[in-house]
Amino acid sequence: MATTDTDEPTRRDFLYVATGAFAAIGVGGIAWPLIDQMNPDASALALASIEVDLSPVEVGQSITVKWRGKPVFIRHRTAKEIEEAEGVDVLELRDPQLDADRVIKPEWLVMVGICTHLGCVPKGQQVSDEKGDYDGWFCPCHGSHYDSSGRIRRGPAPLNLEVPDYAFQSDDKIKIG
Amino acid sequence: MSGESTYQPSNGFTRWLDDRLPIVRLSYDSFIVYPTPRNLNYWWTFGAILTFCLAIQIVTGIVLAMHYTPHVSMAFNSVEHIMRDVNYGWLIRYVHANGASMFFLACYIHMFRGLYYGSYKAPREVLWILGVMIYLLMMAAGFMGYVLPWGQMSFWGATVITNLFGAIPLIGEPLREWLWGGFSVDNPTLNRFFSLHYLIPFLIAGVVVLHVWALHVTGQNNPDGINVKSDQDTVRFTPYATIKDVFGLSLFMILFAYFVFFNPNALGHADNYIEANPLVTPPHIVPEWYLLPFYAILRAITFDIGPISSKLGGVIAMFGAIAVLFVLPWLDTSKVRSARFRPLYKQFFWIFVLVCLGLGYLGGQPAEGKFVVAAQILTAYYFAHFFIILPVLGLVEKTKPLPESIAQAVLGGGGGGAGAAASPEKRG
Repeated sequence: MATTDTDEPTRRDFLYVATGAFAAIGVGGIAWPLIDQMNPDASALALASIEVDLSPVEVGQSITVKWRGKPVFIRHRTAKEIEEAEGVDVLELRDPQLDADRVIKPEWLVMVGICTHLGCVPKGQQVSDEKGDYDGWFCPCHGSHYDSSGRIRRGPAPLNLEVPDYAFQSDDKIKIG
Repeated sequence: MSGESTYQPSNGFTRWLDDRLPIVRLSYDSFIVYPTPRNLNYWWTFGAILTFCLAIQIVTGIVLAMHYTPHVSMAFNSVEHIMRDVNYGWLIRYVHANGASMFFLACYIHMFRGLYYGSYKAPREVLWILGVMIYLLMMAAGFMGYVLPWGQMSFWGATVITNLFGAIPLIGEPLREWLWGGFSVDNPTLNRFFSLHYLIPFLIAGVVVLHVWALHVTGQNNPDGINVKSDQDTVRFTPYATIKDVFGLSLFMILFAYFVFFNPNALGHADNYIEANPLVTPPHIVPEWYLLPFYAILRAITFDIGPISSKLGGVIAMFGAIAVLFVLPWLDTSKVRSARFRPLYKQFFWIFVLVCLGLGYLGGQPAEGKFVVAAQILTAYYFAHFFIILPVLGLVEKTKPLPESIAQAVLGGGGGGAGAAASPEKRG
């Protein structure tokens, strides 16, 4: 062993540290592929965007489409719902956001239908569904209430329902993703 | 431990083997002449029962894996195939599914036994911690196993639990996608869960070896919670403990058989016989019964605490409820182990049992109104038990006098045994 009484590190100490560091880098290099293989693979990342025709959706109706394995809610909002969504004092919200920032056209609300709490699909798409206390969506798993803009109003969810990237291709056709 | 090994190889072969691999000696010393306290009651048979449960799960699981297909389009049907087509498939699957519940039932009894008799206290802290590690691994195995049939509860249970990790600041989102192998629970998730579900039982078996090793270093605790002082205090493992274990196991197997043969779906959920559908959440997601208390704690945190959101708070509380068990040996300040000699602790122990059962009940109820309030109260009590009651009790409680020795407590001879005689409960 390279134990000496001097405070000066010896050449051997340097070699020990350098060898150990080299081995650690090697172990890390081998471990990374084993960890990274669990990340979304090429086929999962290659999910195409989808186009949705909105023309059959009447005022007050909702449809659910599947995008990246997730449900996307598209709602043709009523005048009352738009009015409620726009009339909220934003500063009182847990995740403050104007309704205008969540829509491209006020009558069309497009958002990922996954509760931001623990990932359930909230109720409210069917006419017969419970819509919660704010005339929007209600997550039955842990009781989160979303308003008619998909913003969290009550319950454990921390954030508003996510609005995906989408664009209008024509008056009644959108492309999500 | 009784010092020197007393094993005598009986013939030429065992003598030859003993010089090369003393495996017979190890078994003889550990399971034949190993000294066990002579006052052990039937609550001490659950170690053997749990070993049996692990073996049953591994054997039935290996067989099920021969017929199961871990793919989202085939998993559900392959389970029905096992139920309908495979010879005795229905039996093997019901034993495996109910075996998980029986495993947890035995585990909870074993843990509460440890809590009642103070089995986690010095010098058995490491033994206890290894047990908590086994319990954590069991929960992981149970959760992933429940996902494999790919029913509605499988899918949505997996969705809710994996989303818990999304609550972690900064790394939550990438961590969740890493766990999923995608952007939601999907085929890669099912595949890896199958792989890990197959792995974990063998990890459990490994930790069980350490658990038994640690047990054999310190020796068993006993209902009086006092140390073994002489050979008079102990009896041989075989036949005394062996026969007692076999009898306890036999009674346990009657309960096991009742569920398997007469009520095989009583502990499951009907929704799991509906194939997984990522677009429809069941109205009421509940985990398996053995995870319900923690589910109740998760959902009890409905309010933000400073910068911690309610979601993260719930996750911290849920994992904290398990993590607190790791430090339990240092939270309990009382030097007296057994609740027999701790009149106050004995009452708080039973209150704690009721609180855990209450949390279990609330975990199965919808998260609204009075159920949430009740869960919040019980969650607060759960943590108060560990962080307030146990540390304070050790300082203020006036304990009863301990018997001189185990032999004296069991065989009588002196007023010192009165404490033990005053509570001859649960003698089988």
